[in-house]
Amino acid sequence: MNAAQIVMPALGPALPELILSVGVLVLILYGAFRGERSAEGVNVGALILLVVALFAVMSQSGAKITTLNGSFIVDNFSKVMKALILLGSAASILLSRDYFQRERIDRFEFPILLVLCTIGMMVMASANDLISLYLGLELQSLAAYVIAAFHRDNLKSTEAGLKYFVLGALSSGMLLYGASLVYGFTGTVSFPGIVAALDGTAGFGIVLGIVFVAAGVSFKLAAVPFHMWTPDVYEGSPTPVTAFFASAPKMAAMAMTVRLFIGAFPDVTAVWQQIIVFVAIASMALGSFAAIGQRSIKRLMAYSSIGNVGYALVGLAAGSQAGVSGVVVYMIIYLAMTLGAFAVLLSLRRGGQMFETVDDLAGLSRTHPVLAFCLAAMMFSLAGIPPLAGFFAKYYVFLAAIQSGLVALAIIGVVTSVVGAFYYLRIVKVMYFDEPVAAYEPMAPGPRIVLGLASVVVVLFWIVPAPLVGAAGAAAKSLF
Amino acid sequence: MFGLGILSGLLIVPLCGAAFILTLGEETEASKRNARWAALITTLATFLLSLVAWGRYDATTASFQLVETHAWLSETTRFKLGVDGFSMPLILLTTFLMPFCIGASWLSVNTRVKEYFVAFLVLETTMIGVFCALDLVLFYLFFEAGLIPMFLIIGIWGGKRRIYASFKFFLYTLLGSVLMLLAIMAMYWHAGTTDIPTLLHTRFPVEMQAWLWLAFFASFAVKMPMWPVHTWLPDAHVEAPTAGSVILAGILLKMGGYGFIRISLPMFPDASHAFAPMVFALSVVAIIFTSLIALMQTDIKKLIAYSSVAHMGFVTLGLFTMNEQGIQGALFLMISHGIVSGALFLCVGVVYDRMHTREIAAYGGLVKRMPLYAAAMMVFTMANVGLPGTSGFVGEFLAMMGAFRANPTVAFFSVFGIILSAGYALWLYARVVYGKLEKPNLQGILDLDLREKIIIAPLVALTIYYGVHPAPVLDTFAPSTEALMQSMRTALSNTQTAAATLPPASR
Repeated sequence: MNAAQIVMPALGPALPELILSVGVLVLILYGAFRGERSAEGVNVGALILLVVALFAVMSQSGAKITTLNGSFIVDNFSKVMKALILLGSAASILLSRDYFQRERIDRFEFPILLVLCTIGMMVMASANDLISLYLGLELQSLAAYVIAAFHRDNLKSTEAGLKYFVLGALSSGMLLYGASLVYGFTGTVSFPGIVAALDGTAGFGIVLGIVFVAAGVSFKLAAVPFHMWTPDVYEGSPTPVTAFFASAPKMAAMAMTVRLFIGAFPDVTAVWQQIIVFVAIASMALGSFAAIGQRSIKRLMAYSSIGNVGYALVGLAAGSQAGVSGVVVYMIIYLAMTLGAFAVLLSLRRGGQMFETVDDLAGLSRTHPVLAFCLAAMMFSLAGIPPLAGFFAKYYVFLAAIQSGLVALAIIGVVTSVVGAFYYLRIVKVMYFDEPVAAYEPMAPGPRIVLGLASVVVVLFWIVPAPLVGAAGAAAKSLF
Repeated sequence: MFGLGILSGLLIVPLCGAAFILTLGEETEASKRNARWAALITTLATFLLSLVAWGRYDATTASFQLVETHAWLSETTRFKLGVDGFSMPLILLTTFLMPFCIGASWLSVNTRVKEYFVAFLVLETTMIGVFCALDLVLFYLFFEAGLIPMFLIIGIWGGKRRIYASFKFFLYTLLGSVLMLLAIMAMYWHAGTTDIPTLLHTRFPVEMQAWLWLAFFASFAVKMPMWPVHTWLPDAHVEAPTAGSVILAGILLKMGGYGFIRISLPMFPDASHAFAPMVFALSVVAIIFTSLIALMQTDIKKLIAYSSVAHMGFVTLGLFTMNEQGIQGALFLMISHGIVSGALFLCVGVVYDRMHTREIAAYGGLVKRMPLYAAAMMVFTMANVGLPGTSGFVGEFLAMMGAFRANPTVAFFSVFGIILSAGYALWLYARVVYGKLEKPNLQGILDLDLREKIIIAPLVALTIYYGVHPAPVLDTFAPSTEALMQSMRTALSNTQTAAATLPPASR
């Protein structure tokens, strides 16, 4: 055996993932030896791991580097998206502590599964071929199925986990089928290889492959027509898990989708653009109209997330650098808005009982003015009213759509945003115009931190937008 | 200071006041009093600051002044502020009316006082922002941001149907505005910037102008409001608290007119020319139709609300005559209407605070117990009718004169509006103030107290002063109007020569 042929691949670019992988193994050992009492320590350890990984990500130069035979890529885009993923995961841990302790399901497996899920998501953001993409996706999904059912004695939670698993497996199958078609017709799985093999033309097989792949990623994004699982899973899962599903995995799924379409099929835009346009319109419309009748805030947030994915996809549909930049801005702001809204939702507790319908917010502005103000800011922002951050999110994606001549898409988009404004306003109305019931218990420190940071981003974004917009622009530039 | 100019100061001062009020503690009598005084001092300081700005402003040129730019979204979309002859008077009107609104809410708002004044101060910032923004995205930002505080003001402190009214107000105006946002984006990709002074000198292709014009029209027509998209206004007015109505009628309605003169007319001259007949038609319908509706109202505030729609009809009519008299008249009418309708709503607030009803039938014979009130209301009613010697006359007369020059038929029909306005306004006055003081619960009604006198006296003085001496306002508008006329004439003649030089076959 010739020792000289064994060459270690350069692992530097994957340092954040390696930190998390090694760290999570240590945490598992610690948890297994200490047993149930270790939850506190594992949570803190997971949080530290995520923060260290975040620093590792931020210290990357942002220059384009591929490794592991070109299957793993690091650039400005992956840097920004990984930072968002890590922030989302870290915030989810902060949000979950108090809840799990009160519900008496404070087990050490949750932070471990969450970190494993995060590793999967980071691989998704860095995937440069179909195989690493699928690997990341499955690692993320398997961990997510388990934490959806984390409240294992609760019927709704186990149902949510099972539903998520069955439908998720189906969608993974579709994605894999599409990927195999693409591989069959191009002879390669690497994104740059596919670009070269296609040479600007797409035959029937490739089109079919793209359709199946698009169906698979739509499921992961919770975009119409593959959204059916979302309201049930969001409602059934423990609320901190819902907060997690609505935040970090969305970032990863969007990163994967953007890199897949822009990275592997940049010259056959016409093929996938119509799919994305349809998915975007359907998601925006369903997200706006179906939410009107919802009483449960978690279901409402589920429909809201469907709608938001639709808006973000408007940027992808544009297929341009401005469009990708818009998507990234959208995801940054969406992360802040979602986490902020869930932080408030997690604090609605009275006499040890959680409240989850819109009417339970009645008169919140009288009993908890600061909380109500923050949630109102989130709602106005989600509705896209300036000067809150949500307006700029929509501004950039529609700006890109107009540039690419997708005027009809843009008009439908802004009209559905007005429809959507109705149900966001309804929450504000309940908080501010209705008579208060009784006060809620004070907020736990974890949600308080998350809400504070999210509110600062949402309310003050308009004063200094340049850093985030600049980061998004740099991220988009690295894909073109 | 800190690299910020005086216009930034106008935006920041109300926000500082709002922040201070937020720090006041639990709602007690002392904190309520502090909130009121803090709001009053803040609005007065803003007014003084705007007077300083006015002092530094040179009313003889048409160029943008007090300009300041700060880095914002990108190199091409900057945080740019500045004023010219169109915006300076409107900023002064805004800062001038705000202390009156605070004064009018002194006692009538007694719940959630802190939030109330915070909402008003934030609203003031957004209104000033609309008038001094020199970037389209920034303009849109302030234009829309005002919806949030107004939504809360109507919804929390409004009347019985306040929730319906607040939702209608919000969604109606939002739907109008989102199309404008898309038009702004289209302009950005065509001209490469959203800088208003640059766009004023950008020629858009004629076909594109038509679409852009329509998109902006959707927004401004709703905000104005023009018939048939005016239906949110009566609801919002009736349900809003007094000060909310004053701001709605006094300032928010002017944003539509300001948008036309700042964006639609100068940037899309060809489209404005082409669509002018449509605007005339809608304006004339608004003037006659809403005046007739106003005659039928049984609610005082609703009557004044419909009369506002009719007056805004004169404004759009004047603006789209595209001659100096018409535009000057429309602009003057905007200022005058801001003072007069604001004052009328304040007058309604005075009796509403005492009797808690706005039904016309509940009043009558007030002159016996409230002579001062009757006199003040007389002045405002006459100004609303457009009696010579009051500020209402100047604007309407000039607008009609411009309309006559542009299209005598339109002018002929719009005259009916003046006759009808005399009808509903005088009839309202007669039913509320004259007649016998029969109603038992009116027997003990008190005349204006000191606070109300302080609020109403300056408005009476200003109404008459601008009626006999309109020159200061008109002179401020004049250079900008002339510049606008000049650029529009050049643009239109260019288009005509271009069309004339085309070979017949290709037309």
